[in-house]
Amino acid sequence: MRPTLLSSTWVIARKDLAIEFRTRTAFLAVLVFAVLGVAVFYFAWDATAVAALDLAPGVLWVIFTFSGLLSLQRSFGVEQAERAMDGLLLSPIDREAIFLGKALANLLFVAGIQLVTIPAVALLYNLSLGRPLLILFGVALLAAVGLVAIGTLFSAMASNTRLAELLLPMLSLPFFVPVVYGAAQATSTLLAGRPSQEAWPFLKLLIAFDLVFLVACTLAFPYTLEE
Amino acid sequence: MSSASFDDAAGRSPEAPNAPVALSITGRRFDWLLVAAVACMAVAFVRAIFFTPIEALQGAAQKIYYVHVSAAVSAYLALGIVALMSIVYLWLRDERADRLAESAGEVGLVFLTVVLTTGPLWGKPIWGAWWTWDARLTLTLFLWFLTAGYLVLRGAVDDAAMRARYSAVLGILAALLIPFIHLSVYFFNTLHPMPIVLKPDRPSLPNEMLVTLLVFFGACTVLCLALIRLRYRYAVARDALRGLESEGGDR
Repeated sequence: MRPTLLSSTWVIARKDLAIEFRTRTAFLAVLVFAVLGVAVFYFAWDATAVAALDLAPGVLWVIFTFSGLLSLQRSFGVEQAERAMDGLLLSPIDREAIFLGKALANLLFVAGIQLVTIPAVALLYNLSLGRPLLILFGVALLAAVGLVAIGTLFSAMASNTRLAELLLPMLSLPFFVPVVYGAAQATSTLLAGRPSQEAWPFLKLLIAFDLVFLVACTLAFPYTLEE
Repeated sequence: MSSASFDDAAGRSPEAPNAPVALSITGRRFDWLLVAAVACMAVAFVRAIFFTPIEALQGAAQKIYYVHVSAAVSAYLALGIVALMSIVYLWLRDERADRLAESAGEVGLVFLTVVLTTGPLWGKPIWGAWWTWDARLTLTLFLWFLTAGYLVLRGAVDDAAMRARYSAVLGILAALLIPFIHLSVYFFNTLHPMPIVLKPDRPSLPNEMLVTLLVFFGACTVLCLALIRLRYRYAVARDALRGLESEGGDR
């Protein structure tokens, strides 16, 4: 009997997370990169002229975008070694499930990075995260779904090209614009302590993006594989 | 991917394996469409420069309008062809659709570059700024990035069938992205003029200017199609040559 889409998605995600958990190199490297980026950004502005509150959302989302790209690079890179991808394709699971499993593992990876980076930004930029913290994590998660859907698909494509490391950011970044825009605007609304209803239009943008691109990328993924 | 299908697309029969055949298919033909396009562009320029009145407020700078708007429409036409041909390729797996998408993508990038060059040239004297992060400017800039990325992707994949599938996927996703970028930048205020010709009531352009614009529209569209056709012929010849080369290598 063929396993269901959900169970095979989970098998793939668990495989990727197990590799990550046992090596632990990528997560720590990306985490250090993210916190380092937050710290370096602080020196790019005159802290007496620009309020930390105005800087934080932009810094947060630029860092998430780039650390996300770093982690997505690996997603299909690990399958290149010893042609592990062929083994995946031979296993009796749907190709959509391979994509969704990979995307789920990437989502948990990126969410883990966000879980540490958001408090780090709050700490280093002296922001008071009270009530909006929970909504902020919600915004981050919504944005991560969109980033990961696009990034996982392009990672699969880029890993088969001659320009792998260069091509992923070049293809992904234009697609990240609506996500970064929506998330950064929602973040700055929340951090400024304005009512959370004002962030709702941006959240709607994120939700629509997630739905459209999660479906589109899942359907497009089988076309990126060897036939 | 198979070199055989490329040979077939070039119309080569198995009995006649050598180069003259490919040449007779794609060889030096008089490109009347390109000549006509260049002639139309010349007429359009002469009309815009010498036979169209100078706009009262903006002066001579306003004349860039004809090039700018026509190039934008042609760029959208070319990119529309890319998106359409991407869908057609994934549906029918016809190499001609892939070649047409490739050709239209390259021509589209040229026209987008014209739009993005003439825009700031016009914007500086009139708005006082080379660039603003206005909805339509940003959208055009990102179209340029997407098209450039599309062409880089095409150049980075060696396998022809894989290249066709990858670029078709990117073409379709990019088409889905456009409304989102438009929506994101729509929250910004806009400096860009609202539509002047394509609006519900009568065009608010004096007749002479409207005629010049339409002449430019027509000339630009013909030029766009002629360039796509020229580029498409090149793609056919190139693939035919690759087919012959791989055939030679097999022996």
